[in-house]
Amino acid sequence: MASTLPTLPRALPSSSSKPSSPLVPFRSSSLKFTTPTPFIPSSISLSSRAASFVIPRATPASHGSGSTETLAKTTFHGLCFVLKDNIDTDQIIPADKATIFPSNQQERDEIASYALSGLPDSHTTRFVVPGEIKSKYSIIIAGENFGCGSSREHAPVCLGAAGAKAVVAQTYARIFFRNSVATGEVFPLESEVRVCDECTTGDTVTIELRDSGGLLTNHTTGKQYKLKAIGDAGPVIDAGGIFAYARKVGMIPSPSVA
Amino acid sequence: MASSVISSSPFVCKSPAKKDLGFSSFRKPSQISIHGCQRKSISRKIVSVMAPQRSSSTSGSVKTGMTMTEKILAKAAEKSQVVPGDNIWVNVDVLMTHDVCGPGAFGIFKREFGDNAKVVWDSEKIVVIPDHYIFTTDKRANRNVDIMREHCREQNIKYFYDITDLGDFRANPDYKGVCHVALAQEGHCRPGEVLLGTDSHTCTAGAFGQFATGIGNTDAGFVLGTGKILLKVPPTMRFILDGEMPSYLQAKDLILQIIGEISVAGATYKTMEFSGTTIESLTMEERMTLCNMVVEAGGKNGVIPPDATTFNYVENRTSVPFQPVYSDANASFVADYRFDVSKLEPVVAKPHSPDNRALARECKDVKIDRVYIGSCTGGKTEDFMAAAKLFHAAGKQVKVPTFLVPATQKVWMDVYALPVPGAGGKTCAQIFEEAGCDTPTSPSCGACLGGPADTYARLNEPQVCVSTTNRNFPGRMGHKEGQIYLASPYTAAASALTGHVTDPREFLQ
Repeated sequence: MASTLPTLPRALPSSSSKPSSPLVPFRSSSLKFTTPTPFIPSSISLSSRAASFVIPRATPASHGSGSTETLAKTTFHGLCFVLKDNIDTDQIIPADKATIFPSNQQERDEIASYALSGLPDSHTTRFVVPGEIKSKYSIIIAGENFGCGSSREHAPVCLGAAGAKAVVAQTYARIFFRNSVATGEVFPLESEVRVCDECTTGDTVTIELRDSGGLLTNHTTGKQYKLKAIGDAGPVIDAGGIFAYARKVGMIPSPSVA
Repeated sequence: MASSVISSSPFVCKSPAKKDLGFSSFRKPSQISIHGCQRKSISRKIVSVMAPQRSSSTSGSVKTGMTMTEKILAKAAEKSQVVPGDNIWVNVDVLMTHDVCGPGAFGIFKREFGDNAKVVWDSEKIVVIPDHYIFTTDKRANRNVDIMREHCREQNIKYFYDITDLGDFRANPDYKGVCHVALAQEGHCRPGEVLLGTDSHTCTAGAFGQFATGIGNTDAGFVLGTGKILLKVPPTMRFILDGEMPSYLQAKDLILQIIGEISVAGATYKTMEFSGTTIESLTMEERMTLCNMVVEAGGKNGVIPPDATTFNYVENRTSVPFQPVYSDANASFVADYRFDVSKLEPVVAKPHSPDNRALARECKDVKIDRVYIGSCTGGKTEDFMAAAKLFHAAGKQVKVPTFLVPATQKVWMDVYALPVPGAGGKTCAQIFEEAGCDTPTSPSCGACLGGPADTYARLNEPQVCVSTTNRNFPGRMGHKEGQIYLASPYTAAASALTGHVTDPREFLQ
């Protein structure tokens, strides 16, 4: 069987039923790409026969990705976990955990349990309590160069799997930002000031994304911070990810095209 | 139909620089290029990939000078001109993946293009190199290699450097080892091309005058299906290194110097272009070391203008034609750094950051527990030659366990077969043995990134290690409290002899 038009078994709830959302004019200094698709990004099921590696359709992560709607309507709320500068991927997910890939819920839970377990022991508050799978913190606040190091998608994946919805960092390492957008596991947002110095782990925060950027409110301190707009990543996020975006601009055919 | 055009796409506009689409950040929406059906090597399978209508993006525009990277990307996007900030669809020449990320990348490819989809793209452009977690009993690590074998069989992927007998790497004729070194050694790196890999140190290949950068599984899955990737053109920082390279200095010292100068985020989203008389004097392996750690400065890619050294290396390993490119004289750079290399001294990066630079001689009181020589950064043939040369010159024994991890099978063979210049015919292996080092082990990424618990030379205790690897963030080689000093092979060897961080001039003058 020659490879014909690729079939698209992915039943991304968002992409087909998505209303044509106004293109959000997000601007930012950062990169592109997102697939805010609520699925498990990497996946081989060993149980399936060699010829067909089934990618299990994950249950949508309880992701504010209702981000199938425009980013402008997205809100995140929860406790924040505060980190400083240069948190590299090995601290986010120790390299030896990279043999896990979340192809099924069990391994997804496993990788979630290790999220941010690479932080030095000086971080006495753990992101995920040993023995648990989910974190009680849904928003991560960080300093500069968050996610530096490896290109492994395990980094944003484990955070999302553990329940993180968004990261607010001062700046990002580029591959991590790109992977966050591509996997849709966490929304990578940028602050305008050094929010990590003014928030404490455990503070209750709300993030509201609006057309022209976003707003982070720390309910514990009462302070608010502007967030930078997503920028080039906006159209890709809105389209539903890089694959959906590529279909939209005609780079790859849509499933409906015969 | 495959050839129909999405003329209604909001992303295509008739004139460049149109801003009313709401994407002021898209400088030129018309930059979306047509699909490269015309490219010589694209197979008929591409019929399913469509292209939006080409719009005239160059009418009336004045051609300005471009940097090497801009030129490579422009050509790969089939445009005559790009500027930093442009988001463009780029044709990819080579995609590399390994055991850790390959399964994920192929999984995404299948999810998006169908379980029975064949890589739409030319399967000879995919290179699969198991290297990360190979010599381990970790079942999951082992399964990753098995999974890649299945994919490669199914997709008819020619370049799969497989390993089946984990007990003896030499029993595996196809197995290479560390992907970035193998790519170069097997002739997959060529000037002017676009090479992507599911590993951050893919930037190593920039040494060949090509655009090379690391990507994640999702992007890789996309490339597998389309042969293209959406990239933003990076601005270029220029680093001009002039002066005669001192005999005790290596490329590792140069890049640690630079990272210490600009910090771990100093080149984020940018290209690092290296040129100058010193660069011209470097061998290919030294150039690879330099470009390898571009990612440690946050860089998107590193690049070195190709020259006779490059052509000689490449032409000995591949017959695929290539087209070198060079920065225009009037190209724009966002930063210019100049170094007089003759004045530089051996440096290390102290725990726990690659930009925590210090002079090696100022760390001489730091007692160490072990030395590690290996990885894509410091485990190539010349790296071992250098270490052996220093050991031979010193004529002493190491004071701490010294672990040697050749990057590839070929490097391992060189260590055992090649005579070290000035050592009376002795090979590296002989010199290492006489110096009391550990026996060179099976080639792989090894403990550079820790790895499964049974990885050779993994830091399982809070020890101090001088290493020729590329990162020293907490826990990088295993134990969270491990202290890693990044160094050149010379510095690593010198440190092994004294049991302290040591400037190689102690033994090399």
